[in-house]
Amino acid sequence: MKFARVIGNTVATQKDERFEGRKMLIIQPVDINFQPEGSYLVAIDAVQAGVGELVLYATGSSARQTDLTKDRPCDCVIIGIIDLVEVKGKTIFNKSSDPEIKDS
Amino acid sequence: MYPGIVIGTVVCSVKTPELTGVRLLLVQPTDWEKNPDGDPLVAGDSVGANRGEMVFYVQAREAAVTLPSVPALDAAIVAIIDDLALYGEKV
Repeated sequence: MKFARVIGNTVATQKDERFEGRKMLIIQPVDINFQPEGSYLVAIDAVQAGVGELVLYATGSSARQTDLTKDRPCDCVIIGIIDLVEVKGKTIFNKSSDPEIKDS
Repeated sequence: MYPGIVIGTVVCSVKTPELTGVRLLLVQPTDWEKNPDGDPLVAGDSVGANRGEMVFYVQAREAAVTLPSVPALDAAIVAIIDDLALYGEKV
């Protein structure tokens, strides 16, 4: 799995009927330094993520393993909202001090 | 299966129900001489690996079947490497 930022959402009226009621978010994959890497992806949201949040996403046929995406034509799913990332004993990300998340 | 070194951990309190209790570790892919090779990735852990350990991990759908709940994982650690010998030479 890789890290990504939720940067928006998308609405599609005409779609595969098995996507009915599924939230589709636009995510920007980021690298280990949380800098944007590659182009945007559309991901089904299995964890009620919000815009700006750092999330973990799974791709490929593994993406069909959640309740929301089982037996559906989905190859990208958000599986977790990241609270903390620790590398070699140092906290490199903490959601509570993340400047990208604005208080609503 | 690919070699890598565990470099850190990831904590998610909000995650899919199948991922409850699954440890998520940051793995730096390496070559066979333990040199970093590619970008770090997040992998589920079914073997109790610790930071600094050299491990084998699997990618894609095979990663999901490493855990009984078959969660939506596309990378998972499947073994901790004790010893590695290439052509009889210890690495």
